[in-house]
Amino acid sequence: MSDISERVKKIVVEHLGVEADKVTENASFIDDLGADSLDTVELVMAFEEEFGCEIPDDAAETILTVGDAIKFLDKNTAA
Amino acid sequence: MFDLKGKNALVTGATGGIGGAIARALHGQGATVAISGTNADKLEALSSELGERVFVLPCDLRDRPAVAQLADTAEKTLGQVDILVNNAGITHDNLFMRMKDEEWDDVIAVNLTSVFTLTRGILRGMMRRRAGRIVNISSISGVFGNPGQGNYAASKAGLVGMTKSLAREVASRGITANCISPGFISTPMTDALTEKQTEAIAAAIPAQSFGKPEDIAAAVVFFSSDEASYVTGETMHVNGGMIMV
Repeated sequence: MSDISERVKKIVVEHLGVEADKVTENASFIDDLGADSLDTVELVMAFEEEFGCEIPDDAAETILTVGDAIKFLDKNTAA
Repeated sequence: MFDLKGKNALVTGATGGIGGAIARALHGQGATVAISGTNADKLEALSSELGERVFVLPCDLRDRPAVAQLADTAEKTLGQVDILVNNAGITHDNLFMRMKDEEWDDVIAVNLTSVFTLTRGILRGMMRRRAGRIVNISSISGVFGNPGQGNYAASKAGLVGMTKSLAREVASRGITANCISPGFISTPMTDALTEKQTEAIAAAIPAQSFGKPEDIAAAVVFFSSDEASYVTGETMHVNGGMIMV
């Protein structure tokens, strides 16, 4: 979990260009981190590449916060 | 100016009059080109003519899974697709009241739906690289209408709206999307016109003659270039002045 959490946060920091300390599990990509809808699609693409998994569109729509992403990837990727 | 060395381009409908000229022009500017179409013999002939820096990727654009596959194959073959030219187009002309469902469906599938499917497939890599050029070949029929071309004109006008929406979405990612709207260009497609029709059309063109495929290819080279980075969502009319909008 912590490894996944670190990797997710790193991607978010790099992609959105935000301060690392703002990337908390409760942080919403759009409301707190200034992402637009296209950024969220790109984040999902980046997660897919980093974790070698496919995130279906209906699952992607439920990933709204950093914590949502960590939870999804923890459940859906082979450790 | 307009140097395309090191760029990779995918051109659909490369067996047609305009598509062949587009492939030659991009290749001439130094790009590596993947040429697609349904006629494998014609593609091979074009490939032999161009020599190096060319790949043949046959595809039937009516077949949706095959179109999605074409995006993957092109990315793998070329390494990456920097320039996508959606040129392929077919006509099944008929008067509106006589037009069959299949004539409508076929034209929309090839001219409009395949552009969506292929572009969506190619876009992912362009987004990641923060760079890309998408050039869609529309038509004067889509802007001005043309009797007997309800299906064709709908597909070509559809491309303009699609391109503008896409251009708005991806402009911040260094990707441009533009249309070229050819007027009447001398190709096998316009050879189907009767002599009387040809004369009547030429009389309505201020330049007084049909255009050449190379006239369209030159516009594609411009939109594909680094120099055109600030031009997006645009439709360039290449029609000898036939309509000015």
